[in-house]
Amino acid sequence: MNKKKAQRTFIFGCLAPAVILAILFIAVPTITVFKESFFDKTDLIHDGAFVALDNFKVLFSDERFIESMQNIILTITLVTLVTLVLAVLFATLLTREEFRGKNFFRVIFYIPNILSIVVIAGIFAAIYQPSNGILNSFLEMIGLSGLTRAWMGDPDIVNYSIIVALIWQAIGYYMVMYMASMSSIPENLYEAASLEGAGKIKQFFMITLPLIWNNIRTTLTFFVISTINLSFMFVQINTEGSLGTEVPLNYMYNKAFAGNYSYGMAAGVCIFLFSFALSGILNNITKRDVLEF
Amino acid sequence: MKEKKKFSLYKVFVYVALIALAITIIVPIVWVFMASVKSQSDLVQRSPWSLPTQVLWSNFATAFQKARMGDYLVNSVIVTAMSIFFLLIVALPASYVLARFRFKGKKFFNALFMAGLFINTNYIVLPIYVMLFHWEIALQVQDVFLNNKIMLSLIYAATSLPFTIYLLSGYFQTLPKAYEEAALIDGCGYFKTMTKIMIPMARPSIITVILFQFLAFWNEYIMAFTLMEKDNSTLGVGLKFLMADQRAAADFGVMYAGLVIVMVPTLILYILVQKKLTEGMSLGGLKD
Repeated sequence: MNKKKAQRTFIFGCLAPAVILAILFIAVPTITVFKESFFDKTDLIHDGAFVALDNFKVLFSDERFIESMQNIILTITLVTLVTLVLAVLFATLLTREEFRGKNFFRVIFYIPNILSIVVIAGIFAAIYQPSNGILNSFLEMIGLSGLTRAWMGDPDIVNYSIIVALIWQAIGYYMVMYMASMSSIPENLYEAASLEGAGKIKQFFMITLPLIWNNIRTTLTFFVISTINLSFMFVQINTEGSLGTEVPLNYMYNKAFAGNYSYGMAAGVCIFLFSFALSGILNNITKRDVLEF
Repeated sequence: MKEKKKFSLYKVFVYVALIALAITIIVPIVWVFMASVKSQSDLVQRSPWSLPTQVLWSNFATAFQKARMGDYLVNSVIVTAMSIFFLLIVALPASYVLARFRFKGKKFFNALFMAGLFINTNYIVLPIYVMLFHWEIALQVQDVFLNNKIMLSLIYAATSLPFTIYLLSGYFQTLPKAYEEAALIDGCGYFKTMTKIMIPMARPSIITVILFQFLAFWNEYIMAFTLMEKDNSTLGVGLKFLMADQRAAADFGVMYAGLVIVMVPTLILYILVQKKLTEGMSLGGLKD
């Protein structure tokens, strides 16, 4: 009996700090986001009145919010497609091919992932600088000065410049992920295919891709979530949402601090639900019968 | 003969693709390192690909002193160290208990932490700010909850709990039961069994947590930007202000020196532990 009590005390003592911290700094703030989106709290001090869905009604006809959603959909689509293709390609090359310096490439490709988003924003500010920037001066050097642009200053291309930065940041991370799951595919499958006369490309589509499919599906969720988050910080640091680069989380952040707290929270709820819905849809339409080896 | 030629062409393609990507990563980073010791006239008037006419270490001195990157660096070290400390002393016992004991409400607590995996700090940073702000008003205090390094560390630790507990309890579950049974029979109490036997056995997973969370805490930006005042903040925030100031003052060398100061610690850590880091990823497999 005493032992049982001692065990219960022990369990309680071990769990209590973690549970208290998680409730206080994760659960309560999350509930607050949803709750406040139904109120009309403006500044940070006074409580607002209940307004039901009014914030959302305004939000859905708010041009800037619509622009931010368009931007994020474009960004997620392009970042996911390009990064996925490149990361799978490079992972295949580094896992399946025999050549020197494999490890060197793996180490280099992963570097952007360990850099702070502020550093990445700074590096790309240097790359995209209109006069004497890395990209423009490189284009001039190889005789393509007609292609130089104000990469972060031209509203027509600034969003694509941001997308390139996000792809640069992401490739190495996903490549390492896919490499981990590719290296667990047994070698004899490839040997058998090779004996049957299947070329490298056929081997890729018949063996590699089906066997890492589940891993790719998982990363689709990561793509959605991390693109929403990283584009926010990149935009917050570099353009502050000007020039048509607004993204939903940045809109939420600025609105909430600028006297429209509840309205900002409503924007947060929208993008939160959007990311869930999109992840769910992607997860469902990519469902295939799992192949095992 | 023909087969061989095709093969080598393919190899050329492989190398070109790999080297092209490697260049896009290495060149900008090396360029920033070089620019950090260039004078303003070098940066503005000469080609960005030319070597510096003189190596200007004073950019770093200016960044450390005038832009106060030295203070920010100290703050980052303190906050990162405290956050990892808080995280481990809270997450380890909780993970152990969730992995090894059967008790009422276990399912609920597991679900609570699993749900937490889906909440990113970007969404909740403002409610946290408002909550702390109200605590300060209610208790009529200042710099206790907001603009306080201990509080910031505690919040870093709290928001990292779901991922850490997921990773650590997964590891605890793989450890053999025989050790703790033997310890308990020998009269070792629950607490002692945990601290003396089980936690040391979980060392590989603890190292993984420390590595990942060092990078996460060191690189964290939006929480520090929101909760801390400019003078008391961490490196990322300091760099953001430095970048904004130097762009206006057109003193790019100092800005690049600031970038280098923030980058170097993570690069050094990465060089030392890159193998562990990329291996640990397949174990954790989560992204910020």
